[in-house]
Amino acid sequence: MSALNRKMLRDLLHMKGQALAICLVMACGIAIFVMALSMVDSLQRTLDTYYDHHRFAEVFAHLKRAPNSLARRIAEIPGVSQMQTRIVQQVTLDVPGMAEPAEGRLISLPDQHVGALNALYLRRGRFIEPGSGREVVVSESFADAHRLGPGDSVTAVLNGRRQELRIVGVVLSPEYIYQIRPGDLLPDTRRFGVFWIAYDELAAAFDMQGAFNDVSLSLMSDASEPQVLRHLDELTEAYGGLGSYVRDDQLSHKFVTNEITQMRVTAVVVPTIFLAVAAFLLNVVISRLINTQREQIAVLKGIGYPRREIGWHYMKLILAIMLIAVALGTTVGAWMGSVLTEFYTQFYQFPVFEYGLDAWIVVMALVVSTASAVAGTLGAVWRAMRLPPAQAMRPQAPEVYRPTILERGGLQRFLSPAMRMIVRYLERRPVKSLLSCAGIALATSILVLGNYMEDAIDYVMDFEFQRVKRYDLSVSLVESASSAAMSQIRHLPGVMHCEPFRALSVRLRSAHRARRVGIMGLDSHGELYRVIDMNEDVIPLPRRGLVLSRKLGELLAVGPGDTVTVEVLQETRPVREVPVSGLVEDFSGMSAYMDIRAVNRLMREGDRVTGAFISADPDRMDLLYRELKDLPQVAGVTVKAAALESFRNTIAQNMLLMKTVNVIFAVIIAFGVVYNNARISLSERSRELATLRVIGFTRVEISMIQLGELAVLTLISIPAGLLLGYGWAALTTSAFDTELFRIPLVVDRSTYAFAATVVMIAALFSGLIVRRMLDRLDLVAVLKTNE
Amino acid sequence: MSDHSSSQPVRDSAAATADAPAVFEARGLTKIYHVGDVDVHALRGVDVNLYEGEFVVLLGPSGSGKSTLLNILGGLDVPTAGHVRYFGHDLTKDDDRALTQFRREHVGFVFQFYNLIPSLTAMENIALVTEISTDPMRPAEALEMVDLSDRKDHFPSQLSGGEQQRVAIARAIAKRPKVLLCDEPTGALDVKTGIVVLEAIERANRELGTTTAVITHNAIIAEMADRVLMLSGGLISDVRHNTRRIPACDLVW
Ligand SMILES: Nc1ncnc2c1ncn2[C@@H]1O[C@H](COP(=O)(O)OP(=O)(O)O)[C@@H](O)[C@H]1O
Ligand SMILES: [Mg+2]
Repeated sequence: MSALNRKMLRDLLHMKGQALAICLVMACGIAIFVMALSMVDSLQRTLDTYYDHHRFAEVFAHLKRAPNSLARRIAEIPGVSQMQTRIVQQVTLDVPGMAEPAEGRLISLPDQHVGALNALYLRRGRFIEPGSGREVVVSESFADAHRLGPGDSVTAVLNGRRQELRIVGVVLSPEYIYQIRPGDLLPDTRRFGVFWIAYDELAAAFDMQGAFNDVSLSLMSDASEPQVLRHLDELTEAYGGLGSYVRDDQLSHKFVTNEITQMRVTAVVVPTIFLAVAAFLLNVVISRLINTQREQIAVLKGIGYPRREIGWHYMKLILAIMLIAVALGTTVGAWMGSVLTEFYTQFYQFPVFEYGLDAWIVVMALVVSTASAVAGTLGAVWRAMRLPPAQAMRPQAPEVYRPTILERGGLQRFLSPAMRMIVRYLERRPVKSLLSCAGIALATSILVLGNYMEDAIDYVMDFEFQRVKRYDLSVSLVESASSAAMSQIRHLPGVMHCEPFRALSVRLRSAHRARRVGIMGLDSHGELYRVIDMNEDVIPLPRRGLVLSRKLGELLAVGPGDTVTVEVLQETRPVREVPVSGLVEDFSGMSAYMDIRAVNRLMREGDRVTGAFISADPDRMDLLYRELKDLPQVAGVTVKAAALESFRNTIAQNMLLMKTVNVIFAVIIAFGVVYNNARISLSERSRELATLRVIGFTRVEISMIQLGELAVLTLISIPAGLLLGYGWAALTTSAFDTELFRIPLVVDRSTYAFAATVVMIAALFSGLIVRRMLDRLDLVAVLKTNE
Repeated sequence: MSDHSSSQPVRDSAAATADAPAVFEARGLTKIYHVGDVDVHALRGVDVNLYEGEFVVLLGPSGSGKSTLLNILGGLDVPTAGHVRYFGHDLTKDDDRALTQFRREHVGFVFQFYNLIPSLTAMENIALVTEISTDPMRPAEALEMVDLSDRKDHFPSQLSGGEQQRVAIARAIAKRPKVLLCDEPTGALDVKTGIVVLEAIERANRELGTTTAVITHNAIIAEMADRVLMLSGGLISDVRHNTRRIPACDLVW
């Protein structure tokens, strides 16, 4: 090895503490980068293959009932490549071992399903055989949640009759990668399952022979989506069409792609922050190194080493740190990717989800980190290259200090000499001090951000499940029913209080903007489901007029006082102009609320309901469940406590993981910044401090100067960091402002306290290390060095 | 800066050493540093020749421009005005790359504070030079010349000042340079150690025939030289030829 390389290695070894700190910060960024990109890559690839092999449809529509003859006309729509018509029915399920009813979705399978759209993937057992009675195949997540398999049965209420469904196979479907009940925030695998059953069976049970209520299409590559949608809507309108939509609006697909988009954002934002901090730390450390090696550089030049070789010498040191970081980051990133894969398979059902780390991602990681490392140090290395050797040999003049702003302002009386040293030192290097503050503030803010997610989710849970939804059960009916149905429910055992609702599928239109949503018609004086704002003030539902989710209002570009066109997609399909009376901040999906009597007036009908909210006697729940399972009109029952619990379980586990990762990362940044800062100022001032020791200052006194600086920096940075954290939270809130879900901007006080505490502990720890180094300060050696 | 401006420049007569060819010919060397609003005239038009194989000592008070002159001759610095020719080649026309090449091939430097690379051993410090030279000695050989073979694996911090300076000399001569330029090589050393260091320089001059220039404040060291150049106020104020060179070991002060 050449002598110069040997010097490089020894320099690296000499600054191993600082190099390690930088390595760790950089590795965090690379780990996230590698994890997020490989995740995006793996997800996208898995998704594409799955969709392709199983012919996931591109256009979807539901309707009330249409004769099979309509199918031919749909297939003839220009641009349609393949078509599939089915019957899809909502049923309640009675699953062994579960008191409350579950909700099932029964989907008809054509006898000849090979080559059809939305093909199933058989995980276990077999497909149903034609004419073999009530055989079904069941979605894997539901089967797993109940330990069901081929040979087991569940009971379903089909059109009012209890029927055994015999499971012969366990399957996956590209339509239900994310198997979520509409309106839910997270999948509830125990209480929502999808079943596929022979067409004839389902048609017979629901009097749908020769008819269908669901269409999927795939398109030719040159087809115009909007035109196909328009054609399809025209054809299905007379048959109770609920409006067709494209793959981007398909619920499962929307969740999966939403996740991919978020990962993409993560892959850019988080590594940028970490690599920027690492670049800053590298800059500080390498600048310092080059400063202390001025004379060595001059000698190397004197000996005849050319500029580029000297530049390359330092670059090699930087690249060595970076390469270690990339190796570490890639390993950790790949590991995090595989953990995340494990975690994803809880939510996303793929036949195979193979996590893979492609070489191009590692190359990208290398390119990105090289770019940031070089950007951070180019200036310092350039200075080394340009250093005039003759000048560098001359002893450096004492650094120029002057009274600081504080002192010039007449405050010097209040500053001890030690305090003056600290303030002058900080003020003389404003950029470095500022950047150090920025680094510590950044660490603080990351901690705030990490905990904010938890605060926000807590808030949403409390808001949704305690303040808005105050019922125990929500029961939806197969069809709209008269108030007689209400009194039947009211008199079920265990029902203490009961309020009706009427849900309506509509398309809201304002100028060229339109959205398919459900209108929720509520009792305006109801207590079980309240439309409230974030201050818990009830938003009144007027005699006429809609209250929209704030997001929906934005998408339609309407506000209070404006009018929207309501195109009802059910029954007589009236079209009406309705004023918007208010907007409400809510967090999941997009809703439109209306007084139930207003809904009925809009439909020109009397007292009709499609379901009820129930508050029930906790002691008589089982009895109530049993009755509900047998009621033929009941299409579905949602148990709030169960939903809340499943939400909590999944979320709690994930939050803990996220929080741990966040804390580790923030501590690495805080420690990296504080420690490096302390090391540098110690090296810059060791002469000064040694001199003080020689003239009689005690260890404690000089420690005060050194640690005081650290304390000043930390104390200035923490409030700034808390503010910055609030800023991140606000940014996150607007980034998550989607149609699927939103999160409120609420940061708990304990979050701020937590962030400040963790950063202070990291600072304290660096302080202890510095203190130890100060104790070992070799007075004679320090004073002897000619710097 | 200087109140010596009245003193007449002394022209170094080439005739005195006419038998050897000139290694350096410097003409009208001027160096001005701008410090704030003040111009510091470090050199005010120096004319000087250095001849092949000769041992020259530069004497002069602090601030008289000795280091500046040496640095310019060695291609470590460039003059504000004037010319330096090295075997007829005008160094002042060279860019950084060419000057680097010039130093790498022809010049050995020794500095007052030794300036060894602290993270490299004695041997490795020398290897630093031999690795990039065309016809170097072996590092061990160079250490041998300064009598430090037994210290080859010591780091600078494990060597005394005198030993460090001898390693620095070994490092300077290992490439078999044409010229050896030493800026106060004994400035930081005591008498006894200083003499050992001077012996090493003397030996390089004698055995390798290296043209040697040594800066010092110490008039006694001038006894070693073929020729003594006196600088003051950025000008050569006097030139002295020693009829007899006194070996370093016989110097007394
Ligand atoms: N880089 C520099 N910047 C400003 N002034 C300088 C610089 N180098 C040398 N000088 C000034 O030039 C003059 C000559 O310096 P130098 O050649 O180092 O003198 P000597 O080596 O004889 O003591 C001195 O006044 C010195 O202060
Ligand atoms: Mg000098």
